[in-house]
Amino acid sequence: MKKVQFLEIEGRSLGYYALLGVLGLLVAVGLGAAHYMEHHGHVVTGMSNQVVWGIPHVFAVFLIVAASGALNVASIASVFGKTAYKPLAPLSGLLAIAFLIGGLAVLVLDLGRPDRLIVAMTHYNFKSIFAWNIFLYTGFAAIVAGYLWMMLDRRMSGYSTPVGYVAFIWRLILTTGTGSIFGFLVARDAYDTALLAPLFVVLSLAYGMAVFLLVLMASYRWTERPLGDVLLLRMKNLLGIFVAAGLYFVAVYHLTNLYFTERHGFERYILLDGGSFAQVFWLGQVLLGGIVPLVLLFHPTLGRSRTVIGVASALVILGGLAQMYVTIPGGQAYPLEVVPGKEVVGSTFFDGVVASYSPSLPEVALGVGGIGLALLLVAVAVKVLRFLPLTLDDASVDPHHRGAAASA
Amino acid sequence: MSERADTTDPSRRGFLRRAVAAAAAVTIAPGISLVRLADARPPDQRVTDANRWGLLVDASKCADGCGACVDACNEENGLKGTGRPATDAQWIRTVRLRDKATGRETRMPYMCQHCEHPPCVDVCPTGASFRRADGIVLVDRHICIGCRYCMMACPYKARSFVHEDLTGQKPDVPRGKGCVESCTLCVQRVDAGDRSTACADACAKAGHRAIVFGDLKDPKSEIFDLLAKLPTRQIREDLDLNTGVRYHGV
Repeated sequence: MKKVQFLEIEGRSLGYYALLGVLGLLVAVGLGAAHYMEHHGHVVTGMSNQVVWGIPHVFAVFLIVAASGALNVASIASVFGKTAYKPLAPLSGLLAIAFLIGGLAVLVLDLGRPDRLIVAMTHYNFKSIFAWNIFLYTGFAAIVAGYLWMMLDRRMSGYSTPVGYVAFIWRLILTTGTGSIFGFLVARDAYDTALLAPLFVVLSLAYGMAVFLLVLMASYRWTERPLGDVLLLRMKNLLGIFVAAGLYFVAVYHLTNLYFTERHGFERYILLDGGSFAQVFWLGQVLLGGIVPLVLLFHPTLGRSRTVIGVASALVILGGLAQMYVTIPGGQAYPLEVVPGKEVVGSTFFDGVVASYSPSLPEVALGVGGIGLALLLVAVAVKVLRFLPLTLDDASVDPHHRGAAASA
Repeated sequence: MSERADTTDPSRRGFLRRAVAAAAAVTIAPGISLVRLADARPPDQRVTDANRWGLLVDASKCADGCGACVDACNEENGLKGTGRPATDAQWIRTVRLRDKATGRETRMPYMCQHCEHPPCVDVCPTGASFRRADGIVLVDRHICIGCRYCMMACPYKARSFVHEDLTGQKPDVPRGKGCVESCTLCVQRVDAGDRSTACADACAKAGHRAIVFGDLKDPKSEIFDLLAKLPTRQIREDLDLNTGVRYHGV
């Protein structure tokens, strides 16, 4: 392999400044929404005492899960020894940190008391998986930052493999922790299962790969740097495998619930009667976020088109948001059981009835602001630091490459 | 020193008022006042596990159409409805249940069950949700960050999030926008030596006596006696949380 030359993007074009402007606007609107929610209280959101985690958590959890998955490519290079992916590893690490920061920002700004962030950093209940996650998130950011240093500083490059191992193991634990935030909730039919931890790990692989492919293709197209097909086609195949694995875990989750009589009510709700949640599950999560990307990615001719790979990646991201919408507000909308064998026929606190949840504009704006923040960080970082190789044409990444006959 | 000076009223009228009040306390209700004074816990003394405070709810006595416990709780703790029931705080509510097999209906008050192993305390990242040694589960409003994870975890949906600004709060019931709260078993009364909650008092006053408050560990208490005599159950006993609130007739 030829020596890879990394270079900052020029970042002086009108397009670049327009991109910064749009992303900056998303961040500003998100901050404004957070201020509005903080000032008036959560009464201005669609959330209630029934559905306590809404759209901000959908975006925050998606971003955090995608962050750990964005590290896939760096892990392929350092842990699995595929040196061809090494030139892509710095962007992979950058996306991981940026998406984590975007997700955490949304999570923190949706707190009832975001001003007490310092309390969350100084008071810990170590039985809480949420408290563990605070360490997992900050630790992940620190490890990946160190990993980036090892990768970008030639003097430190000898350490990048061991640090890459640590980052890989840490990201698996991190996503296990994120899934367990839900898996450890004993009382709700939608959660209370160890399966959510591995499910989230598998989902993270798909979401992170989709984000990586989109950002990679956009960066190289907009900077007019060469990007060959060899790695791209391998990565889109990998994305397809991750999407299929995600669908498998989702199927096992629902099959297990369908086997347990006590969970039939919940399954009937989320799969059939649940209105928007059932629709988002079948149309958003399964069809648009799963089956359609699979068909596109593995189609013998369509699957080689960059536009199609981009559309498939965008659909995987959309499906990821759909999955989180069904899992988080959908899981809460179904009522808790009060007394087994008895139905609730009267309550002033919405016991025994399906809770309604209509996301409000500020919630959506806050969530989208998180995505804007993550992408803004990436856009600025690639201008000030050497994250992107000058060329990723096939010959430079794969010495055994023989022209256009690369297998997909 | 200044505190002491502030509480001293040298005026003759003040002296007389207190003398009359003291005489009335001794002559009219000597038992209540003296017991209350004796049981009040000095603020510098730690709560111990010598007590386990709890409630016994007799659903068979819970009367249709009565909401005395709910009204009394709201009054005691300064909870006011805003007309937005989905976001208003409710520390206690009445729930009507129908047996799926027999159709038999029961009605009962429902609130924080003050578990020995509370899921809300397990999941709270900062330790704001905590269980006192005497069994009362509370939220420390100083370190609650409003993450609402406890509300996700509570099997009883007993907690409320304060969704908007509050007015007219009670000085001894701290609350705050952006924090989570729930039934405190009228902890302000317990610490002052009162041996009843607002809901239990109101239920008794309404003539039903469906709610009895007391010390589950005290063999001389009414609740101990009733728990020994009546068949009772915990709500969601399958979760093995050892709740401090027990139900009869459900």
